[in-house]
This record gives sequence, structure tokens and C-alpha cells, in this order.
Amino acid sequence: MISTAIDVLTAEGGGMPPLVEPGAAGSLALPLVLVIALPALGAAVLLLGGRRTDAWGHLLGTATVVGSFVCSLWLFLGILGRPEDERQITQSLWTWFSAGEWTVDLGLLYDPLSALFLLLITGVGALIHVYSIGYMEHDVRRRRFFAYLNLFVAAMLVLVLSSDYVGVFLGWEGVGLASYLLIGFWQHKPSAAAAAKKAFVINRVGDIGLSLGVGLIFFTFHTTSFDEVSALTSEASAGVMTAIGLLLLLAACGKSAQFPLQSWLLDAMEGPTPVSALIHAATMVTAGVYLIVRSQFVFEYTDAARTAVAVIGTITLLMGAWIGCAKDDIKKTLAGSTMSQIGYMVLAAGLGVAGYAYAIFHLVAHGAFKANMFLGAGSVMHGTNDDVDMRHYGALQKAMPVTFITFAMGYLAIIGFPGFSGFWSKDRIIETALAENLVLGLCALLGAGVTGFYMTRLMLMTFFGEKRWEDDVHPHESPKVMTIPLIVLAALSVFGGIMIAGDWIKKFLAPVTGEGEAHHLPVSPLVISLVVTVVVAIGVAVAWMLFGRREIPREAPTDVSPFTRAGRHDLYGDAINDVLVVGPSKQLTAGLATFDRAVVDGGAMGTASAIGGLSAVARRVQNGFVRSYALALLGGAALVLLALVAVSFA
Amino acid sequence: MSIPVLSVLLLLPILGSVVVALLPARAAATAPKTVALGFSLVTLVLGVGLAVAYEPTGGEQFVEEVEWIGVFGAHYALALDGVGLALVLLTCILTPVVMLASWHDGDEGRWGAKGMFAWILALQGLSLGVFLAVDVFLFYVFFEATLIPVYFLVAGYGGPERVRAAVKFLLWSLAGGLVMLASVVGLYAVSSAAGEPTYLVRELAELDIDTWAGRWMFLGFFIAFAIKAPMFPVHTWLPDTTQQATPGTSVLLVSVLDKVGTFGMIRFCLEIFPEASVWATPVVVVLAIFSILYGALMAIGSSDIMRLIAYTSVSHFGFIVLGIFVMNSQGLSGANLYMFNHGLSTAALFLIGGYLVKRRGSQRIEDFGGVEKVAPVLAGLFLVAGLSSLALPGLSPFVSELLVIVGAFVWSPWAGAVAVLGIVLAAVYVLWLYQRTMTGPVAPGVTGMRDLGVREIGAVAPLFALIVLLGFYPQPLLDVINPAVDDTMSQVGTTDPQPSVTEGEAP
Repeated sequence: MISTAIDVLTAEGGGMPPLVEPGAAGSLALPLVLVIALPALGAAVLLLGGRRTDAWGHLLGTATVVGSFVCSLWLFLGILGRPEDERQITQSLWTWFSAGEWTVDLGLLYDPLSALFLLLITGVGALIHVYSIGYMEHDVRRRRFFAYLNLFVAAMLVLVLSSDYVGVFLGWEGVGLASYLLIGFWQHKPSAAAAAKKAFVINRVGDIGLSLGVGLIFFTFHTTSFDEVSALTSEASAGVMTAIGLLLLLAACGKSAQFPLQSWLLDAMEGPTPVSALIHAATMVTAGVYLIVRSQFVFEYTDAARTAVAVIGTITLLMGAWIGCAKDDIKKTLAGSTMSQIGYMVLAAGLGVAGYAYAIFHLVAHGAFKANMFLGAGSVMHGTNDDVDMRHYGALQKAMPVTFITFAMGYLAIIGFPGFSGFWSKDRIIETALAENLVLGLCALLGAGVTGFYMTRLMLMTFFGEKRWEDDVHPHESPKVMTIPLIVLAALSVFGGIMIAGDWIKKFLAPVTGEGEAHHLPVSPLVISLVVTVVVAIGVAVAWMLFGRREIPREAPTDVSPFTRAGRHDLYGDAINDVLVVGPSKQLTAGLATFDRAVVDGGAMGTASAIGGLSAVARRVQNGFVRSYALALLGGAALVLLALVAVSFA
Repeated sequence: MSIPVLSVLLLLPILGSVVVALLPARAAATAPKTVALGFSLVTLVLGVGLAVAYEPTGGEQFVEEVEWIGVFGAHYALALDGVGLALVLLTCILTPVVMLASWHDGDEGRWGAKGMFAWILALQGLSLGVFLAVDVFLFYVFFEATLIPVYFLVAGYGGPERVRAAVKFLLWSLAGGLVMLASVVGLYAVSSAAGEPTYLVRELAELDIDTWAGRWMFLGFFIAFAIKAPMFPVHTWLPDTTQQATPGTSVLLVSVLDKVGTFGMIRFCLEIFPEASVWATPVVVVLAIFSILYGALMAIGSSDIMRLIAYTSVSHFGFIVLGIFVMNSQGLSGANLYMFNHGLSTAALFLIGGYLVKRRGSQRIEDFGGVEKVAPVLAGLFLVAGLSSLALPGLSPFVSELLVIVGAFVWSPWAGAVAVLGIVLAAVYVLWLYQRTMTGPVAPGVTGMRDLGVREIGAVAPLFALIVLLGFYPQPLLDVINPAVDDTMSQVGTTDPQPSVTEGEAP
């Protein structure tokens, strides 16, 4: 049923998906290189400079990202004035490697898609750098924190600017490394170190998809650059396109914490909160969505892979929302919510031409409001001695007014309160999903209601009700260096919807994502908006009945429904991994160790002894037997050398 | 007559070895070290000079050829080609690095620092001979001769069980050498039956060898090289040896000498026995993939740092052999580049691991914890070395590993799909090792551990500089490797498959 729906869409949308045909960068080459070079340089100086840079490292780190943001604006304005077909530019740097027919250039591709990512990454990135100056003030390793943040920004920019799949891989694992370093930033805590490793290893499982995807793309087209591949995909078989699409989806699942590779994201909350805001909410975890939208010239030729994308997105958006409902840890609630919102983006990307632009719209809007809420959560933790348990909060709206107001803007945006950014972006996705496939659309609608529920629960438990503070906690508002970024992000949460005015974002992205007409629903979009709003309102109301009117116990109740219990355990993701993968692997490695010693080594050595009595030789080592043997060898070699000389001169 | 530069290159360290050994006992304690380091640096300059002078058009250059034992057809024949050049450079770079990093490691050894530095130089000279020889007999002589310095380096310097480890190494290598000797003799028989006896690789490659004779001789060479490389199931001598040897010796053994195995597969197995190589490919590919996974799993299960690193090499050598035997441009270029990059990254791991072990006085992983807190530079460099071992993009091993995986994928998607599991296992063995040793609360024996000193950082700095540089710009090396790969492929008679979709093709 799904594929028929999409078939009709392709037929309706008509035409070929747009090709990647960039022009020369010309005068924009300078900001295009600088945008990456600045944070990369910052990271290098801070890492190699060592303690000498402790005093001013955080300032340099922030300055480089602000500079990078200026370059992003410069580029954006640079292409905005151009005709639509001249908005793709490229700049080749150097040949990375070549072997046989395969040449990979390190090149940059800037187009409307990367333009939006650049603004998001450097804009939110700069705000989070500023915020971190305050948040990490008392950490002795603050300079190193900024070095890693800069490294992350540089790698993320490489990811979205590369003109070749292998170049994307460079950024892809670069952000993975930065994420690893930052999740484990407080690595004296065993839980942080373990979470960091888990994130990297699970991402590596996703990287299997990218490695083999690169292999299959090269095998099929003898090139891996976007422009050349996009020109050839129309001629490849559907089977190959499906295989490539599924491999890229596997990669996206790892990086974007989509089912079944989602379990690392909740643990990743071990990192400092600005990291959760920047990497594990606003930017890195959306890289999977980027990869799929960027590869539209692959996915447009494979209904099966696109359907898989949409289904994975839908499963994850429900799973994330479910987990979000059950957590008492404010960061983990937000992490479940992030999974869920990225699920919406992936669902939209799986809807093809009709959905790509909305996936990116929601991605940008979510980047702002989720960063806003994560930083708000950080501000709350800052005021409560780093407690993350919402059961120990309550009534914080008076103690932390700025945090409360800004957080509330993010809250209204994510639940889709009419007029706020999330209202526009989520609505479009649900609408398109309903038009393409009723089941997926209804799931997305249900997710919106659940979002209303868990976010209201979070708000009520944190800011309203009675004080449930620990005795030594005296909540206070955070310093300006932290609240100003919150205010900016709150403003973006309110007004972010402006991007859709006059379908601007759709038209702007059209050179990359193509233009397709969605199915028209029998009912007007206004009715759907109304329905969505009512569903959200029900979710909010239920939350208010359960958490607003009743007293919240300081200890989590244990007599909860199986639903809540499953949610608290991340839907048993870790348990399943343990049973299916970790346990058997441990047994295997333990078994192999014995096998290696007893069978492989023992067998070979045993055979040798049996044949030549070599064990007797080994026992005579102490008597110098082997040494004399080796000396004889040496003597022999010397004789050979002498013979050589003699023969040459004879 | 022009200067025989290749002879100079390999005789220089051997001369140095003799000079160091003959230094009077009353000379200053640092004298043998300084003299040895000097010789290795001059050799490095000469090696770099050769690399610069090497014409990127490919082929054998700086050829020296003198008839040696006429009745055998053996020649003293040396030449440099793209495959050899990368390994010659690697040898020249690693020798001074190892000397500087192991500055004090020989002081307490059986034959003192003088002995150790002399043996290192001897090993360097003989290794260069192995990579430069283009005569099978000469190669065999060098191949066997390298065992002597390694034996003495292992038996004289290292852990309590070192003598046992040295004997095990020697027995395995001698066994491999013996099997190869049979094939070397066989080549004499074949070439003399075809006319004049000869051991020149160039002439042997043109011989028309009987199918089964070729296959038997191929096996002789291959087994010896598989032991050297080392591949499953003939790898068990390696972890035992590196567990006992000093880190410096392990570097010379694993980063340089073990490359003789994979180097030999390209130069001798593929070029002299192309038919047999193609014949053996399915089995070798399966063994290589098995080595990748087996080595990685054994590394995960290791409780000793030095054994763990040895097993990572079993896995990496699996990748190299896989790249060689899929016999396409990506696989072969990747394998050649991998040999160089693996040398750098494994050297970095062994040396930093060595610094760590020396400070704690134990190699057991469970004796560590929280090192990052007390020695951040050491921990940071260990992490970078580990990341290069797991082939993180941006560090040099990535390009070679990706080329091998893609080459394997082009050969058969299933080969690529199974081999790629190695990248997940690599993440586990590297990051779990880091987690257990460097993170968490500071372990009792780790408290007060010194961070790295200037000499220690200086010794490994060139490795890290190269790992990053070649991560972003490996093309200079590929420029000399690619023509050599073309030569190998035309000798074997294989070509790259065409893409299934090309421009202008009808849909």
C-alpha cells in the first residue's frame, strides 16, 4: 500500500530529480574555506597549545565559531541574490587519493541544503559556545572542552560541505570522534567513559552501511562524487538503488539514533549539557537526515528503500515519545524527545519529493527549540547542584524566571502550539504523511499527542507545583552569559515558522530536493491543523490531570504499568543488545582465547615437537644450544657475504 | 660507473652495526647510542633522497646486478620499485624513532645498550636487503639472516620469559624458511630445465612453469610468508614474542619485518606464480577475512596490552592479504598503502604502550585505570594511536582500509560485507582498551605516574605528524604505489571490472 502511494506521487510529481551541477565558487571560495578552517584551526591551537592556552582558550574557541557564522551569513547572502540555477557552487581543494579508476577529491559543495545547515551549525554552535563559557567556568579542563567543541563544529561542517561520499565519511566519523570525546568528557566517571565507547561502537555499526554504500556506489558508477553519481543514478537498476538506499539508511540509523541503533543516545546524556544541546539534539544527530536528503538522487529511484526510511522514522518517533513519557531524568526525557523528533524528520525524508523540504524545515526549527530546551535544562541543573531528577524540582518558575520563560517558548514550539515554529514544521509533516499513507500519518498524529503529554509533564514537574528541592539546593538564575543565548534561541523558537511563509523554504531548497506536488487530501489543511491541535490538547490535558493536579512523589513510584516500566528501561534496547550481541560476543572471545592457546598454538607446536623433537631443542636453550645454532647461521651468512665479494672480484 | 646507491643504503647500517659493536668498552655510556642514532639518521637521509630521486613513472630503478654464483644462476641484484620504496622508507623512518624511544631500554639487557643498538642497525640493513633484492636466492639469504638480530634482540632484552619467546619465534621462522627453501630449489630446477638457471625475479616471471609445479612452489613461498605476516592459523608466535620483547623490538618485528610476508606475496607469489595465485585466491581470501575477524576478537579478549596490540596486527595483516589477493587496483593499492600506514600506527601503539607499561611495571590491563587524570599527554597520544589503528578518517590508515574494503567489495560483495565487520570490532578493542586503562578512577599503582618527557614525545612525534599528514594527503605515496600496482596486475593478467553504469549508456 505504501509503495503504491509513492508510485502515484512520483507519477504526479513527474520529471527527474534534480542533478548536482555546481558552478565555480568564484569570489565565495574564501568564506567557503574559512568557514571550516576557522574552527579547525581553533581546535588545533587549543589541543597542541596545551596549558599555555588555558587562560584564553574558551575565548578563542568561541571567536572562531562566531567567525564561522559570519562566513556562513556571507555565503548565504552571496547565493541568495543569484538565480535559482546558480545557487550550487563547488570548490575543489586537492586530490585526496586515487587508485585505479577511483579518484576522490577533497572538495566543497555549497548549495541551499548546505546553506541552511551552515547557518544552523554555526549559529546554534556559536550560541552554545557562549553559553559554555558560563556553564564550564569552574571546570579545570574548560580549554579542552572548547577544543573538542571546535573540533566538532569543523567536522560537522566538513560533513555537510563535502562534495563526495568519502568526504562525508570524513566529517561523519569526525563528528563521531568529537561526540565520543565530549560524552566521555568527565571520563573519571566510569558511566561517562562507558557511554562514550557505546556511542562510538554503535555508530560504527552504522558506518558499515556507509562503507559498503561507498563500495557499492563505486562498484556501480566508478565514482563517489555527488555530481557524477547524480548524473548516473537514472540508469542504474532498481535493485542496486534499493541496496544503496538501505545501506545509507543503516548509516543514518547509527548517527541519528533511529531504530534499531537508537540505544546510545540516552546514555550519551552523560556528557556536559551544552554537548547534549549542540551534538545530541541540534546538529550531529540530524546528520542521518542530511545524508538521506542529500542522496535524493538515489532514493528517488527506489520505492522500497524510501518506504523503509519512512517506516523506520515512524517506529522511532513513537519509541522516542514513549521513552520520553517514562523518564524522570530531565535530560533523558529530552533525549527521548530528540529521538522522536528526528523520527519525524526521517519519516518526512522517506516521503520523497513531497517531504524532503519539510524534513529540513523541521530539522532547522527543531535545532533551535531543542537546543533552547537543552540549554534551559542545563540552566536548571546549574541552579540545582547538577541534579537531573525532575522529582527533585518543582516551582522553579519563580526562582529562575528567564530560564522558565525561554524554556516555555521551546515547549510551546515542540508541542506545536499554533503560531510557534514547531506548529508549522510538524504540521506539514503530519499532513504530507496523511496524504501519502494513512497508517504512517495516523502514527505521526498519535506521536504529536504523546509529545504534548510528555513535554507538559516535564514542564509541570520542573517549573510548577510544590517545591521538592534537596535540602542544600538554593535555585538561582544563571548568569547573563548563559541566559542571553537562551533568549536568542527562544526568539527563534517563536518566530522560526517564518521560513515557511510563502513556501519560502520549499522554493529555496527546490534546486536540491526537487519540486513535487503532494497528494491532495479530501479535507483542507486547515482542518488537519485543527485536528492536530486537538490531539495535542488532549495530550496536554491528560498530563495536567496526572501531574498538574496531583502531588508528585519525590521517589519514583514502583507500582507502575508495564508501559511505564518499559519506557524507563529504554524499551529494553540494552537488554536486547545484551542478549543478542554483547553476551554471545563475550562468550565467543573467551572461547577463542582458549581455542587459540590449546588448539591453534598447541596443535602447531605439538605437531612440531612430534615430528622433529623440537621441544627437546627448546629445553636445551639454557645450555646455549640455540645460541650456537644462531651463531652458526650468522657465521654462514658471513661466509656467504665473503663468497659474494670474492666472486664479484674474481 | 655510477655509485651503487642501493648497496650503500643497506651497507651503511651494517657498517654502523660493526662500528658500534667495536666501540671500546671504556667509551662513554651514551657513545654507542649516539653513534647508532647517527648512522640511522644518515641512512634516513639517503632513503629520503632515493625517494625524491625515484621517477614516479614506476618500474625498477637504481638497478644493480652482478653475477654471484653462476652455477645456481644467483645474482647480487638490487632494485627499487614502488612497492619496495614505501617499505624502504618505512624502515628508514622507524629505525631512528625506535632508537630514540628505546634509549634506556637496553641498559639492563643481556648485552647492554651497545649490543642492542648494534643489533638494531644490523636488522635495519638486512631488512633493507630483503626489500631491495630482486634475486630469489639473495632474497632468501637476507630473509633468513634477519632472524639472527631479531633472535638476539628478543632473547637479550625484555620480559622474564624472553628466551622462550625468542626460541619460539626462531622455530616458527625457520620452519617457514625451510618450506620456502624447497620452493627456492624448485625454481632452480625449473629454470635450469628451461635453459640457463636463473634466480632473477624478472627472468623467472617470464618462465613458463608447469601448472602443478607452479602451484607447489607457490605454496612453499606462501606458507613462509603467511607465517611471517602472520596469518591465522600460523600467528601464535607473534603475541608470545611481543609480550616478552621490548616495545622497540616489537616495532621492528611487526611494523617492518612482518611486512616481508605481505611484500613477498606481491613480489614473489603474484609475480612469479600468477596462475597459482589466481588458483589459490578463494582459499587465501577466506583465510584473510578469517584473520581479520579472528585477530580482532582475540584482541578484544586479551588481558595483556602487548598481546592485544599483536592481535590487532593479525587483524590488520588480514586486511593487507585480502587487498593483495582480490587483485584489483583498489585492493592492491590499498594493501601497499596499508603496509606503510600499519607500520606507523602499530609503531605508535607499541611505543606509547611501552611508555605506559614501563611506568607501571605491568602489562596487565587490569592494573591500570584513570591514567588520563595523571598523564594526559600520554593518554591523548595513546588515544590517537588507537584511533589510527581503528582507521578513523583523517588518520592515514583510513584511506588504505577503505581501499581494501572497496577492493574486496568489487571482487565479491560478500567478501566486502564480512571484512567490514572488522571496523566495528576495531572500535571495540581500541576504545575498550582505552576505557579500561585511561578512564575511570585512578588505579592504586597509577597514582603519581609521570607524564611523557621531551625525549619520549620527540621520538614519536614524527609518527603522529606522518599519520595526520598522510591521512589528508596520501597521494604522494600512492603516486609511486599505483604504477607498481599496474605492473603487478599486468603480470598477473587481471584487469579492473567495468562499472555496471557508465555515462552515455542506455537506461
